[in-house]
Amino acid sequence: MKFFSLAASAALALGVVSAHAEPFKVGMITTLSGGGAGLGIDVRDGFMLAVKQAGNENIEVIIEDDQRKPDIAVQLADKLVQSEKVDVLTGIIWSNLAMAVVPAVTAQGKFYLSPNAGPSALAGKGCHPNYFNVAWQNDNLHEAAGAYAKEAGYKKSFILAPNYPAGKDALTGYKRFYDGELAGEIYTKLGQTDYAAELAQIRASDADSVFFFLPGGMGISFLKQYADSGVDLPVVGPAFSFDQGILQAVGDAALGVKNTSQWNKDIDNATNKAFVESFQAEYGRLPSLYASQGFDTANLLLSAMGSADVNDPDAFRAALKAADFSSTRGDFEFGPNHHPVQDIFVREVIKEGDVYTNKIIATALTDRADAYAAECKM
Amino acid sequence: MSLLLLIEQVLNGLQFGVMLFLMAAGLTLIFGVMGLINLAHGSLYMIGAFCAAAVAGATGSFVLALVAALAGAAIAGALVEILVIRRLYGKDHLDQVLATFALILIFSEGTRWLFGSFPLFLDVPDALSGPITLPGGIEYPLYRLTLIAVGLVVALGLFLLISRTRIGIQIRAGENDREMIAALGVDIGRLYTIVFALGAALAGLAGALVGAIQSVQVGMGEPVLILAFVVIVIGGIGSIKGALVGALLVGLTNTLGGIFLPEVLKLFMEPSVATSVGASLASMAIYILMAAVLILKPTGLFGARA
Repeated sequence: MKFFSLAASAALALGVVSAHAEPFKVGMITTLSGGGAGLGIDVRDGFMLAVKQAGNENIEVIIEDDQRKPDIAVQLADKLVQSEKVDVLTGIIWSNLAMAVVPAVTAQGKFYLSPNAGPSALAGKGCHPNYFNVAWQNDNLHEAAGAYAKEAGYKKSFILAPNYPAGKDALTGYKRFYDGELAGEIYTKLGQTDYAAELAQIRASDADSVFFFLPGGMGISFLKQYADSGVDLPVVGPAFSFDQGILQAVGDAALGVKNTSQWNKDIDNATNKAFVESFQAEYGRLPSLYASQGFDTANLLLSAMGSADVNDPDAFRAALKAADFSSTRGDFEFGPNHHPVQDIFVREVIKEGDVYTNKIIATALTDRADAYAAECKM
Repeated sequence: MSLLLLIEQVLNGLQFGVMLFLMAAGLTLIFGVMGLINLAHGSLYMIGAFCAAAVAGATGSFVLALVAALAGAAIAGALVEILVIRRLYGKDHLDQVLATFALILIFSEGTRWLFGSFPLFLDVPDALSGPITLPGGIEYPLYRLTLIAVGLVVALGLFLLISRTRIGIQIRAGENDREMIAALGVDIGRLYTIVFALGAALAGLAGALVGAIQSVQVGMGEPVLILAFVVIVIGGIGSIKGALVGALLVGLTNTLGGIFLPEVLKLFMEPSVATSVGASLASMAIYILMAAVLILKPTGLFGARA
């Protein structure tokens, strides 16, 4: 055994010259089937667009579908690390899956770049030098929603979110910047699509506003039922329920709603303009914030690949940390816990011709990092 | 907690229960009459919703959308019975579970291939949108009230079909002794196809009706399917009456549990802990109900067979 590993490392050392011919392997585990598929597909499409535009033939992306199931995500991660020998993993959408996969992957010395999920546990005490979040820490967009609610003068919010890590981060984040009273606070089931009971409670409370975090199909159901219930309170939320992929399904029910996002298609910089145009040309639809996150993740990775070798982890880590790429969001840098420091905007849902979309109306938080960075020791 | 809110929540529970009944009725008929476990029943629910959304998108008519949902799901059900299910009647339940699970994957991928991964939209018809005021000053969405009415009418129709018509007699006889009714000259193959298509149509109707207030997306049938299985276990396999009672019980438990458990826990816990623990307990409530029923009546409330 010892001889074998000695021989293997000798072969590795001798193989430095031929190592360049080996493709750089990226394992992408994301949600491509079931209720949450739209999000994973957008991340994948954004990521692959950046890879295609880079024209770098030395990168190989292996894409796997986790079906939004933690056990499957863990199996896929094992397979990608052990038999495919990938250098970097990425792609996970859901925080409960990220919690199941990321610590195990980084403990094996691999890099993980999160294009979406940013659970608080991985930003604070559970942070890891090889884990980078390119999207946001989960609390961020909700913090911005709370800041907006305070700015708008709401005094009594009714707040709800699904009962899983990101849902808890959402309500914590909202409460961090909102300083009024709460008319009610509810955790719903993850994947729930009937909100009649919650809407009755909202109606019976004396709330002056509603904040909710219900990503994907959950948000569509909630908004349609909200519009139909006759409750007429202003709604605030993170971008997840008002994003490009689902706005057409929600329709008029979402018009005028204020939501918070780190990205929108009208952010005025050359990278973003080119991204929106090329995404539309490639896939025939407008990009969502998930697509922008996938695109930025790939560009970050490509920038690091260009300046360091992944077989030298310290150099590669430093290259990632430098974040030397041009982001669709304009300003972007990593904080000490490898989570973004960025502006978060308030958007309003509008209709452009036949298409429902968002426009930025204000900046909610400037250069926002996250509340957990101080707990991170690395 | 006011009385008005309580009544409104009971209505919500009824509405959810009635929609579950449409799913569970087909499942329990197929299980009761043919002895077949059909995991793909949730896919038929999805097919109904997608047919409705596609037709509503093309024509703008909700009535046509419902007709399409019924027809689409019934045709899909009949085809599935003739092409696949027919080979499974003599096999044990494990084979049936495997084959019908494969059908779920085929239907999900097929739907994604046809319609894409992004949710479709199906709107509540204008005539039924918005809330109405009920006696006592309760504001309630008119569409949900209509769902309760439609569900109860279908339940009554199904009850009459099973208990008063010739085909109903054959279905009930097939449940007890399939060799005997075959010997009496009833075409048992055709009967099974009809029962399967009927069950599929009910699931498709539920999918279309619910699709208008929720999102129409791939995989939407699976969570409902699990609840529908709970319903038929509680109600007793093969019993339409049991499916109705079980569905209403599950609907009410699910809705009221989600509301009241956190409230009760708040009396002796911190509010933030109570909401979180209460939400988790509420998710378990229907399974606890099922366990309780099975302890008292191992064959379910109206089950005849062990």
